[in-house]
Amino acid sequence: MADAGAPAGRLATNSGPGRLLIAVYILFAIAATSRAGLQIATRFDEAPVAYLLSALAALVYIVAALGLARAGHAGRRVALACCSVELAGVLGVGVLSLVDPGLFPDETVWSGFGNGYGYVPLVLPVLGLLWLWRTRHALR
Amino acid sequence: MTSAASTGSPVDGILSTATIVLSLVLALWSLVAAVRHRPPDRSQFVGLAVLECALLVLAVVALVGLGRGERPGEPGAFFGYLVTLVCLPPLAWVLARMEPTRWGSAIVCAVCLVTPVVVVRLQQTWAVVGG
Repeated sequence: MADAGAPAGRLATNSGPGRLLIAVYILFAIAATSRAGLQIATRFDEAPVAYLLSALAALVYIVAALGLARAGHAGRRVALACCSVELAGVLGVGVLSLVDPGLFPDETVWSGFGNGYGYVPLVLPVLGLLWLWRTRHALR
Repeated sequence: MTSAASTGSPVDGILSTATIVLSLVLALWSLVAAVRHRPPDRSQFVGLAVLECALLVLAVVALVGLGRGERPGEPGAFFGYLVTLVCLPPLAWVLARMEPTRWGSAIVCAVCLVTPVVVVRLQQTWAVVGG
């Protein structure tokens, strides 16, 4: 919140549509965290790669939500990194899970381009990046 | 209730159906508000409070069922969904209070669209057969 005092008419990443984006990120952070936590705690041996990936996705969602909520220069940079990792992750894992289904024996948030979650994991980073672009002049 | 294991779910019935319907109605109502550029108003906050009460009753019913010796198919996931579920309306409440614009209504709408999904997942993790 260091430089949250953006001038009127200029949108910070944590207001307006940004707050809705943060809300959805929080929902996905909860979903991915509880899923990964449960999978790792109860049956880690079955599919370690898939479960570690779930944990990574969970971490990215949490940090992205924090980055967007903090809004300053550092927050924007953190959010930009997270959205990029997310987009790369959902596309990469989506392609890999199609090419070699054996690689991810259990579902992750990002498998099949996020089809288990209504493709929201695919749309979310794109919206995040668009929002960061829209608000690029919010801070000087 | 003690007959077939698949039909004795405490989270399957009129109460959970009511929470789903209530949540969807609130989502639609909030969507209309967002489209009309209206910030979340009293009706939406009352709706969230009623939804939260219904979800808490659902949670109590589930816990009473557990107390009587009934067991969910996937206990870990079941409790995860149960805890998440009762936290959703307060989350929408807090975020909507922070955002007194149309986007606050959009937040209420988004959370109320997620709630029915969590209720259904809750039912599935109770009724799951095998692993």
